[in-house]
Amino acid sequence: MAESVTGAMGYNSKVEGNIVLTTLDAAVNWMRKNSLWPMPMGLACCAIELMASASARFDIARFGAEVMRFSPRQSDLMIVAGTVTYKMALATKRIWDQMAEPKWCIAMGACASTGGMYRSYAVLQGIDHLVPVDVYVSGCPPRPEAVLEALMKLQDKIAKSRGVVLSQKQAA
Amino acid sequence: MEFGDTLTRTAEMAPQLDVGEKLVLNIGPSHPSTHGVLRLVLELDGEVITKADCDIGYLHRGDEKIAENMTWNQFVPYTDRLDYLAPLANNVAYTCAVEKLMGYELPPRARVTRVICCELARISAHLLGLGAFAMDVGAMTMFLYTFTEREKIYNLIELLTGARFTTSFTRVGGQTRDLPPGFLEGVKEFSEQFVGRLDEFGKMLNRNRIFVDRTKDVGVISAETALDFGLTGPNLRGSGHGYDVRKSFPYLGYETYDFEVPVGQAGDCYDRFAVRMEEMRQSVKILLQAVAKMPEGAWMVEDPKNVLPPKDKVLTKMEELIHQFLVVTQGPDAPPGEIYFGAENPKGELGFYLNSRGGGVPHRLKIRAPSFCNLGILNTLLPGHTVSDVPAILGSIDFVMGECDR
Amino acid sequence: MSEVAADATADLVSAVKILPEFRGESSWEVPKEKLLELMRALKEEGMTYLVDITAVDNHGEDPRFEMVYELCDLTARRHLRVKTRVPEGEAVPSVSSVWRGADWHEREAWDMVGVKISGHPDLRRILMWDGYPHHPLRKDFPLEGLPTEMPDIAFTAKAPLEGGPFVTSPAPFSHEREPRARPAEEKSL
Repeated sequence: MAESVTGAMGYNSKVEGNIVLTTLDAAVNWMRKNSLWPMPMGLACCAIELMASASARFDIARFGAEVMRFSPRQSDLMIVAGTVTYKMALATKRIWDQMAEPKWCIAMGACASTGGMYRSYAVLQGIDHLVPVDVYVSGCPPRPEAVLEALMKLQDKIAKSRGVVLSQKQAA
Repeated sequence: MEFGDTLTRTAEMAPQLDVGEKLVLNIGPSHPSTHGVLRLVLELDGEVITKADCDIGYLHRGDEKIAENMTWNQFVPYTDRLDYLAPLANNVAYTCAVEKLMGYELPPRARVTRVICCELARISAHLLGLGAFAMDVGAMTMFLYTFTEREKIYNLIELLTGARFTTSFTRVGGQTRDLPPGFLEGVKEFSEQFVGRLDEFGKMLNRNRIFVDRTKDVGVISAETALDFGLTGPNLRGSGHGYDVRKSFPYLGYETYDFEVPVGQAGDCYDRFAVRMEEMRQSVKILLQAVAKMPEGAWMVEDPKNVLPPKDKVLTKMEELIHQFLVVTQGPDAPPGEIYFGAENPKGELGFYLNSRGGGVPHRLKIRAPSFCNLGILNTLLPGHTVSDVPAILGSIDFVMGECDR
Repeated sequence: MSEVAADATADLVSAVKILPEFRGESSWEVPKEKLLELMRALKEEGMTYLVDITAVDNHGEDPRFEMVYELCDLTARRHLRVKTRVPEGEAVPSVSSVWRGADWHEREAWDMVGVKISGHPDLRRILMWDGYPHHPLRKDFPLEGLPTEMPDIAFTAKAPLEGGPFVTSPAPFSHEREPRARPAEEKSL
C-alpha cells in the first residue's frame, strides 16, 4: 500500500502526523554534532592539511563543518593543528577560554597531541597540558581522511553525551 | 567644487583637527589574514598606519638546537617542516648542502629527479600562496581552484615518496628510492593540463577590477631597499632585480635547462603576484624538459661508508647490512669545515650554513630562511598604508612562519 | 688626506686573515674592532647583499663566540664569508647601518646565543619572548630546556628526553662513534 511504503518499522508521516518522539538529549546532540563550527587553530603544517580537508576533494562541508570562522565566539570546535610553542601556548588557552560552552577540542597531529618530534626547549609537549582534548589524531600531518574520521568520532562522542539533561539535574 | 577621496580629505583636514591619541591595534597571532602565527602591533592614526612592529617567534621550535643532536640524515624530516608548503624543495636544499660539505657529485639521474622535485614543490607552494593571497583580498574561489590543482600534485608526490605532504624524500647522497613506474608519465600529464588551468586563473584575477585596485601601487618596495633587507625570490624579482640562485649560482644542473626568470617592474603587490604566476609557467617548462631527458643509471652516490645502500642489498647481504647500521646510527662522517649553500626555494633563497667539526653531527647548523629576511621589511613597509592594505601586503610577501621561526 | 686614507686601508688589509679555501668558498677572519670598517669597504666594493649572519658558540674555546657574516656580490657572482671572534662578555659592532637587513639577524644572534651587539637600534629578543632568561643555542643550555615562569606571558618546562639526546661524537674509529647520551656541556665559569 502506498502509505506504508517503508514497511512496518518506517516513519510514515501520514500516520504520525509529522511528530517525532525522542529525548531532548538526542535531539540537541543531533543538532550539535551535525553543525560543528571549527575554530581552526592553524599553527603549522597541519593547518595545510586542515585546509585540504576543507577544500573540494575531502570536503568537510559534508559534515557541516566548513564554517571555519576564526572567531572563538562563533565556533564550538577548536582544532589545534600544528606545533604549540610555549610562546603561543597561553594565547591558545586564552582563545579556548573565549569559546562558549559547549565546546570540544581536537588535537590534530603529533605536535598538538604530544609535542611530536620536537622535544626541545621551546615546544609545549601537547596541548592537553592546557586544554581538555576530546579526540587526538595521530599523523605528521594526519591525512585529511584522518581528520574527517576524528570529526566522526567526535560526533559519536557528542551523540552519546548528556547534552541538556545534565544542566537541568544540576538546577534541581 | 572638487572633492578628493576620503584619505585626501582627512589629510587636508588633519592640521585643523585635534588629531588625538593614536590607536594601537594588535593583529594577534591567531588571525585569518596572518598566514600562520605572526603578530603585528600597529599604531594607527585613523586608518593609516604610523608605526608597525612585527612580532615573530610563535612557531620557534628549536630546529637549530635539535640539529646539533641529530645526524645529517636524521635532520631531513625537520627540513620538511620549514617551508611546509614545499617540503620537497627544502629536502633537496638541505641534502645538497650536506653533499657540498662531503664533496659528493650526484649522479645525473639523481640530479634530474631532484629538479623535478624542486619544480613540483615550487608550483605547489605558489599555488597555495596565490590561493591564500586571493582569499585574503576577497576572491574565495581561487583558493578552492588552487587546492584542486594541489591535490593533483599531491597524488604525484605520494606516488613518488609515499607521503602527500611531509616527504623526507632525499638523503645524503641521493634519495630514499628510485622513481616508481608511472611517475614520469604522471608529471608530463599534469604539466600539460596545468598551463590551461593557469590561463583560467589568470582570466579570473589578472584584470579583475577589485583585485587590481587592491594590489596595484600597494606595498611598493624598490629594488635597492629589497636587496638591502636581504629579500629574495619573487619579492625581490617583483621589484625589478633579477637575482635567481638557479641562474647566478647554478646547482643540480640548472644551467642545462632552458627557462626564463620573470622580473617585475613596479615592486607592488600586483607585480609580485604576476611574477609568481609566470614562475609557475616556467616551472612547467622545466618539468617537461626534465621528464624528456631523464637518464638511466645510478640514483645514489657510491660511497658505502657514508651513503645508505640500496634496500634490497641491505636485506640480503651482510656487508650492506653493516653499512646501513653504521650510517643510520653514526651518520655520514663529514669532514671538518664550514660551507654555505643557497638554493632557490619558492619563497626565496633558502640557505644552510653548516659548520662541522667532523663526525655525523653538525657543530652548528644555521638555516637562512627566506621568510625571516622577507618579513624584516614589514616594519619599514607598512607605515603609510591603511589597515585594509595589510592582508594584501602580507599575502603578496607570501611568507611561511615555519621557515621564519624555525 | 689621501695618506691617512691609504694608511687606514693598509691597516685594514693587514688585519684581515685569509683562511684556506674549502669547497671553493673563500673566508676571511677579522678582529672585531676592524669589522665595521671592513663591512663598509666591502659594501662599497659591491657586496650589496648580506645573505646571513650566524652566531656560533664554541664552548670551551676562548674567545667563545664567533660571528659569521655571509656576503654576496651579485654582479660579480661571488660569495665571501667574514668571521670574527667575540670573547664572552664583549660586544661586536652592529652592521645594521651598512645593510638594514642585519637588524633582525643580529637580534636573533643576541636572542639565541647571547652575543652582545653594540650600536644596534633595537636589541631585544625576537624568537623567544622578552624576559626569557636563557640563551638557548649555547652549548651549556640543555636541549630539553629549563623551567621558567612568566605569569600571563609564557612558561616553559623540561621536555621528556629520557636520559638526554643520544648523539654520536666524532672519532677515528667507528666503535668510538656509537651514539651515547650527551647532556649539555658544563656551564662555563
